[in-house]
Amino acid sequence: MPALPLHTAGPYVAAAYIVFVALILLYVAIMAGRLSRIERELGELTELAARGEREEQDDR
Amino acid sequence: MHGRRLRGLALTTALALALTLALVFFWAPNDQYLGFLQKIFYVHVPLAIVTLCGFIAGGVMAIQHLRTRDPRWDVRSYVAIHISLIFGVGVLITGSIWAKGAWGHWWVWDEPTLVSFLLVMLLYATYMPLRFAIEDPERQARAASVFAITAGIFVPINFAIVRLASSYVHPRTLSNISGNLPGRMQVVFYLAMASIALLWITLWRYEMTSKHATAQLRTLRRLLAGDDDEPAVRRSAAPSVSGVGGAR
Repeated sequence: MPALPLHTAGPYVAAAYIVFVALILLYVAIMAGRLSRIERELGELTELAARGEREEQDDR
Repeated sequence: MHGRRLRGLALTTALALALTLALVFFWAPNDQYLGFLQKIFYVHVPLAIVTLCGFIAGGVMAIQHLRTRDPRWDVRSYVAIHISLIFGVGVLITGSIWAKGAWGHWWVWDEPTLVSFLLVMLLYATYMPLRFAIEDPERQARAASVFAITAGIFVPINFAIVRLASSYVHPRTLSNISGNLPGRMQVVFYLAMASIALLWITLWRYEMTSKHATAQLRTLRRLLAGDDDEPAVRRSAAPSVSGVGGAR
């Protein structure tokens, strides 16, 4: 069987590597979405803690 | 500290992948028969091997879960299987592309390696629905662990059977039967194996860190709200890390 010429094999090789990179990027993007949710929640909690502290000082 | 370790691991993985890609395209020679098309081998085969090892690792972690009753092992097993499933999808797609280029067909049903890998993937595709079907977290974790162990045992048996099969259509790697790699190809192949294994470990740690952070936030929210009760469990296929103790 003769080796496939570059112009025939090239698109297949490119497609395979693009699929690999796209899968990883998709996963990382989904995880980044989760991370930004965690960051938002952390901001809310910091706000909640600061408010609690202010109320405590007002009571005193 | 956890984040710093993950950053180091991620950087090492990125460097290893970049080096592998450079060597695949600029240093490894073209195959005599498949020519440039054989370059797919450096992503497809390591992905397949790492996927199968990931499934086995998920089974080993599930054994630890059943042995110790520690829910963190269930989370570790879940994440291992989750990432292996994603890698497995990559194996099926890159394999199909390679098959189309080399054999002219997207899929060959009489090729044991392909069909057996598809069987493994179909088996593991039932893992998430199985988890989702059981509402009680403890029962869910136990059933998922039993599944992960059983399926994890099936993986090497399946692999061994395929190796013993007489078909030589699919190129054999890491064997003397056929398709033994020449020097440079072998170096690049092992480097690709190491890089993709590192990628699996990095993603595993990444997801575990995310789960750990989510659990810590939940605990913090409860403490700040002055609520000592455990929150109501939402039906989910994904287990959560309970408590603030390390989910490493």
